[in-house]
Amino acid sequence: MIRSVRRLAVVLGVLLVAVLANLTYLQYFAAADMRAQGGNSRVLLEEYSRQRGPILLGSVAIASSIPTQDQLKYLRQYSDGPLYAPATGFYSVVYGASGIERTENSVLSGSDDRFFVDRVQQLFAGRGVQGGAVRLTLDPKAQKAAYDGLAGRTGAVVAIDPRTGAILAMVTSPSFDPNKLSSHDPAKIRAAYNAYTADPDQPLTNRPLTMTLPPGSTFKLVTAAAALETGRYTPTTVVPGPASLKLPNTTKELKNWSGSACGPGGKTTFENALAVSCNTAFASIGLDVGADAMRAQAEKFGFNDSFEVPLRAATSRYPLDADLPQTAMSAIGQFDVTASALQMAMVGAGIANNGQVMSPYLVSQTLSPELQVLQNAEPVAFSQAMSPANAATLLGMMVTVVDAGTGSNARIPGETVGGKTGTAQTAPGKPPHAWFVGVAPATPGAAQVAVAVVLQNGGGAAEISGNKLAAPIAKAVMEAVLGR
Amino acid sequence: MSAVVTAPAVPRYRQPTRRGAEAGLLLLAFAVGAAAYVQVDLAILGKLASDTVPVLLAIAALLLLAHVAVRLLATYADPIIVPAVAALNILGLAMIHRLDLAEAQRAARNGGVAPSPDVYTQLTWTALGIVLFVTVLVVVKDHRGLQRYTYTAMFAGLVLLLLPLAPGIGAEINGARLWLRLGGLSFQPGEIAKILLTIFFAGYLTVTRDSLALVRTKIMGIEFPRGRDMGPLFVAWFISLGVLVFERDLGTSLLFFGLFVSLLYIATQRRSWLVLGAVLFTTGAVLAYLAFGHVRLRVDVWLHPFGDEANSSYQIAQSLYGFASGGMFGSGLGQGYPQLVPYAKSDFIVAAFGEELGLIGLMAMLVLYGIIVERGLRTAIACRDVFGTLLAAGLSISLGLQVFVVVGGVSRLIPLTGLTTPFLAQGGSSLVANWIAIGLLMRVSDAARRPDTESVSLEDAPTQVVAL
Repeated sequence: MIRSVRRLAVVLGVLLVAVLANLTYLQYFAAADMRAQGGNSRVLLEEYSRQRGPILLGSVAIASSIPTQDQLKYLRQYSDGPLYAPATGFYSVVYGASGIERTENSVLSGSDDRFFVDRVQQLFAGRGVQGGAVRLTLDPKAQKAAYDGLAGRTGAVVAIDPRTGAILAMVTSPSFDPNKLSSHDPAKIRAAYNAYTADPDQPLTNRPLTMTLPPGSTFKLVTAAAALETGRYTPTTVVPGPASLKLPNTTKELKNWSGSACGPGGKTTFENALAVSCNTAFASIGLDVGADAMRAQAEKFGFNDSFEVPLRAATSRYPLDADLPQTAMSAIGQFDVTASALQMAMVGAGIANNGQVMSPYLVSQTLSPELQVLQNAEPVAFSQAMSPANAATLLGMMVTVVDAGTGSNARIPGETVGGKTGTAQTAPGKPPHAWFVGVAPATPGAAQVAVAVVLQNGGGAAEISGNKLAAPIAKAVMEAVLGR
Repeated sequence: MSAVVTAPAVPRYRQPTRRGAEAGLLLLAFAVGAAAYVQVDLAILGKLASDTVPVLLAIAALLLLAHVAVRLLATYADPIIVPAVAALNILGLAMIHRLDLAEAQRAARNGGVAPSPDVYTQLTWTALGIVLFVTVLVVVKDHRGLQRYTYTAMFAGLVLLLLPLAPGIGAEINGARLWLRLGGLSFQPGEIAKILLTIFFAGYLTVTRDSLALVRTKIMGIEFPRGRDMGPLFVAWFISLGVLVFERDLGTSLLFFGLFVSLLYIATQRRSWLVLGAVLFTTGAVLAYLAFGHVRLRVDVWLHPFGDEANSSYQIAQSLYGFASGGMFGSGLGQGYPQLVPYAKSDFIVAAFGEELGLIGLMAMLVLYGIIVERGLRTAIACRDVFGTLLAAGLSISLGLQVFVVVGGVSRLIPLTGLTTPFLAQGGSSLVANWIAIGLLMRVSDAARRPDTESVSLEDAPTQVVAL
């Protein structure tokens, strides 16, 4: 009997080992995968049980977590939610996170590896794990000026510090309230989300980064840069500027918005062509520069490239294989050219910064829970889009646009302001998009702000809408940055 | 050739009782359990709950009672079994207390009234269990006396096992018909039946083991027991299948059948019983799978735990998430989310431990079970009579099998069943029955370790040992 009891003991031992092996698999080898499964609400509860770090502008928190009494221990709150929504994004139990809340989650949630020492300290101090903070580059006054300027109309504003690429303003309109998506009531969150997605104005769209529209005449800045870079153009170079231009290999005629020639005898200077936004002149210049050089110039400013600021921006497009008529149309920002507000701000910023385009960024600092700096943003040059001399020349031509041309509404007394209007044709019967790109002060290498404003189907007629609708907003933003 | 020799001088030797070791281990078990209980309070409330000290004092008093009873009534019994059981029992109380606090918090959040703490009920059952443990030691002076009640035990055991099927008093909870409901109390009679049937099996096999072992017929070259000897085996098979089909519980079924076959094997030492038993059980299980929807559902959920996460596989999926979240070291008591698993206090308490104590803590607890079973089997080996050996082995094996079935079930090694985790899980019938089983085991152990004839050495013996 003893032997059979021993044998059964071995059998039971084997069963114990089987259970332990299975538990080891479950709790060690498969644990990571299983934690990541959608049905596991612990991950979420754990995330919500830690005090998520704030999103800061200067020393003011625009997003912060406050303790609550329910199962999710902290509630995310946004002061001025709609104003900063395209930057902060939301932090939702139901729909996950977006914006900075998503891209900087490891810092905000405190799970970043750099917090290891902090976590150990917190463990021993008996405090709960806290998240780190993220400080943004946004300028509250510029942001507010842009948001108020758009006043609920569909559009976007981006302002950049040309010297660093820091994003000073990033506004969408109409916007959404992230508080409504970040509550702890799933039913209310779903209702709010469904209302936002059903809204024809699509308030959840991050327009400054992801809405790409034909840039219209603001793209003439790129064409002008390409022309200057050929070395064959100066501001005083005489260019053709007839009332209408027959596009090569077609029967189509390209007309000026005014219907008349841009100068006596159908000719004008390069500088004046930009100042009055002469379509026929720039179409000719585009043809003269050539498709390849035009595309190369556009790409130096950032077209056909994607940026993560760290939010992902949509790629602005310049056509890859444009034929002659397409090149002519592209040169005035029509045909298949599309650009985001961010992209057009980068064009203005590159011209103002001695031709050097800086990579745009939104996060200036990441900080530990004790608000010690973990990382400072390092400005990175994206490209040298044009020579400093040519950039200075083009900046001067932009000043002429504001002082003596179509961009009169962007004038700021006592400051030199450069700019370019744009009005992009859309589908027949729909109002055009109104654009404005501005820089101030228009001093080479010393400009403090480059701004792009776009009003989608902004209305108004023809070329005046860029100046009438978009330029005042750009002016307000530039004034805010300059402290005026 | 023969010569008369004097036996070598044997020093006067008193078999150690090891009661001092037991006291030390009990103290350790209490310290571990009390630390867990206090940690729950500190992690969740930040301070001791108002009732923690009285609860811990009550536990200490109960352990003292058990220890004194063993000292007086089972002086030579194994010193490790009771401390190991005590450690598990207190840890179970700590986890139920922890889940009570989670429920109270939830009620507070929803503005409701906190449900009355289950830990009090469990503590009461613990007290009853330990009192019955002492009662067993008092009443059962010699385990061999139980052999007289072999057939009474069978009858009572079968009635208890089948009682939940009786209309009116039987109740179905969570799909398994294992409960009796009388007034406000629900009781799982299968837990008591387990002990009664172990006594029956042991008594029955003590008597019939020789004919079962020796009388064989050959079928196709393989030796099999005679048909008439196989009768009881088939009866046990039918009963366990009946449990599986009508009470819808694979675990209890597997437990009874496994227990019976194991004891048959020990009694007869014929491996053919094991083969036959395995074949019969597998056949029965396959037939049940094919014939019954609820068995199929259990198996489907086992194979695809995330297939129907919102409904049928919700429990097992939540349980697996709990284990995974615990990982290697666990979240720490009071710092995980074991309340997300349904029935975390009872059926899934192992998942709660896995989440909060981690793989390491759970392994330690399973090793505690392993130690209890090992000490029990050691008792079986040391026991001098067949009945005692079979009884001790039966009690140990059923404990071991039950732990395997429960832990294997909640961790998806085998399909989920309705068995409870001995000593840990909330539920009075299980706790009481298992304390009674430990009482019996201690009684057998005391007999096994007690010196044959106390203080009689060879020198004082009236006759001399004659070497041939």
